[in-house]
Amino acid sequence: MSVKALYDYPVVPKDTVEQFHGNQLVFIGWDQHLMFCSPIALPLPPALPFAALVEQVLTDAYGQHPEFTRIDWSRVEWLLDGQPFTPNPVAGLRDNGIGHKSVIRFRTPGLNGIAGSGS
Amino acid sequence: MAKPMNMRDKYNRMTRDLGWEPSYQPKSKIYPQIEFEGIKIENWEQWEDPFRLTMDAYWKYQAEKERKLYAVIDSFAQNNGQLNITDARYVNALKLFLTGISPAEYSAHRGFSMVGRAFPGVGAQVACQMQAVDELRHVQTQVHTISHYNKYFNGFQDFRHMHDRVWYLSVPKSFFEDAQTAGPFEFITAISFSFEYVLTNLLFMPFMSGAAFNGDMATVTFGFSAQSDEARHMTLGLEVIKFMLQQHPDNVPIVQRWIDKWFWRGYRLLSLVAMMMDYMLPKRVMSWKEAWEMYFEQNGGALFEDLARYGIRMPKYWEVSVQEKDHLSHQTWATFYNYGHAAAFHTWMPDAEEMAWLAAKYPDSFDRWYRPRYEHWIAQEKAGHRFYNPSLPMLCQTCQIPMLYTDMDDPTQVVYRSTEYQGEKYHFCSDGCKDIFEHEPEKYVQAWLPVNQIYQGHCGGATVPEVLNWYHLRDGQDNRDYLYSEDRQNWLRWKEASSQLETT
Amino acid sequence: MANNMVYLALQNNEDARPIIEAIAEDNPHATINHYPAMVKIDAPGRLTVKRASVEEKLGRDWDPQEIQINLISISGNVVESEEEFAVERLS
Repeated sequence: MSVKALYDYPVVPKDTVEQFHGNQLVFIGWDQHLMFCSPIALPLPPALPFAALVEQVLTDAYGQHPEFTRIDWSRVEWLLDGQPFTPNPVAGLRDNGIGHKSVIRFRTPGLNGIAGSGS
Repeated sequence: MAKPMNMRDKYNRMTRDLGWEPSYQPKSKIYPQIEFEGIKIENWEQWEDPFRLTMDAYWKYQAEKERKLYAVIDSFAQNNGQLNITDARYVNALKLFLTGISPAEYSAHRGFSMVGRAFPGVGAQVACQMQAVDELRHVQTQVHTISHYNKYFNGFQDFRHMHDRVWYLSVPKSFFEDAQTAGPFEFITAISFSFEYVLTNLLFMPFMSGAAFNGDMATVTFGFSAQSDEARHMTLGLEVIKFMLQQHPDNVPIVQRWIDKWFWRGYRLLSLVAMMMDYMLPKRVMSWKEAWEMYFEQNGGALFEDLARYGIRMPKYWEVSVQEKDHLSHQTWATFYNYGHAAAFHTWMPDAEEMAWLAAKYPDSFDRWYRPRYEHWIAQEKAGHRFYNPSLPMLCQTCQIPMLYTDMDDPTQVVYRSTEYQGEKYHFCSDGCKDIFEHEPEKYVQAWLPVNQIYQGHCGGATVPEVLNWYHLRDGQDNRDYLYSEDRQNWLRWKEASSQLETT
Repeated sequence: MANNMVYLALQNNEDARPIIEAIAEDNPHATINHYPAMVKIDAPGRLTVKRASVEEKLGRDWDPQEIQINLISISGNVVESEEEFAVERLS
């Protein structure tokens, strides 16, 4: 469907990748850890190695959670835009198939949030 | 002496008879917006205003409402009424209301001025003009209340500026801008019917009754004074719907889609009200869940049974709103607790007594899903590490609220919905918001999403203090936890001073 | 069971008291609920506010449109005449 208007309605997407000064927007969510109320949004360089995302970006974002240091990263289950995904740690985000406004989710089996509440 | 006119004659003389047939311009040029939405009106003369209010009576009753209202506001100010509220925490509910809703009242004023001009029928024009004046009156009364509270509490100092910039205020702002940029029939369906008739009772009735319970007579008075106009607005909303449905069968699916859209948009906006009711009133009148049952499930249900005869069903996804009633206020409050460093009001954790109330009102959800999170946060705060989320949230493209809502089949799982439009990805908090986008993608791709705008460099800088400065939000004064706030310190000082006065 | 509830909510003040009393007498099927600063009157089918009954309580002329001054909210279809103000369901 499309908008009904009295004139030719221009399509002006506000968040295209060119607006982000060389970065791309990436959304990240840690499933079943709602102490962080929602997924987060970050502008990241497309060449950022996936390993750096885990070591720096996720540590900054989620390090306050009591379960964060207990994560066994070799057992983490990744989802990219809703599909199971095996990241290449040395490749950059773009080379891992992570596009502008992609959603990266991770699940940590055995860690079910504060007191098992999904928090 | 001539016999006095009866009500119907008087209404006809003083509304319908004000119109005239244009002679030197075609009606299509005078009312150019009336056809493009697809609504077909056969005869504007069939418009019935059940209130049959004429302008002379309107001014008389409104003047009386104003006299009563300002008498209370004056006496509240003269008697330092702000000291009689239950607790200074309460004022934070008011900050959210007055910064989020008051500018929206002004948007409604502008919207009704525009649609009053757009409609060809005199009955509709007069009703819209009255509502435009009402909405302006509401803003004015609320600005007086802002003015009073601003003398004693933080966060009220620049509500207009904040409305255009602060991240969570983009939620009500974009809601009204969506309505104002639609055609006149969609606007009036959105605001008069879906928002006013179906949803504003949730805003005004339990919340204003809550304000009374918490000693805030200034707010009760502007709230109920506004709501007394709302009864007329609601009647207008219902009349508009019935009028469109009766005029042509082709109107039914268009109106149904608007009801679906604006119910969902309005319901998402009410997340803010849910958390006000359950968390921000020191003395609570009823829970969000009880209010939703009373005002939506019961009264809304009866309304839609009435409308079934015109071919209208309950708004799409209403069942989701019923499932979410056990979670909505907790998830919203937890979000503001996460981002309390970036809000123009204070947040806090409920005390033990309040948690017992929440557990009693929400036996199926609170202790299991929310209490453990809160107890962790309280322990962290006591250890000197009050939790704030260090990252900015992902927002829904349609409602602009952080993606905080979870799947009702698994309340620990955030709902992710997405679509692609012209090669670009878009994300949503719900099926309701995704449907709205997909119906008019050209409209929502332009959304000014506050988080994305910060990253594009349009909001004063890349750090939180720079953004707060751009918001005109005073870091350390207007934001962060109530426990450490200047508001709380002042409040304790004033209460101590007044109790000493009483004992001497 | 069909849901055909209507309501009128009025401010809980001196002006509204005679109106509330008149409603209670004229609508024995109604339930009167008191909340802080507000009285909400619920009923199945229809609620009627009669001019004559309110005038009797007030001891002066009363125009049913005056109810707007103290009205907080309604649910139902409005029916208004010189003699009464009512909210009702269609079915």
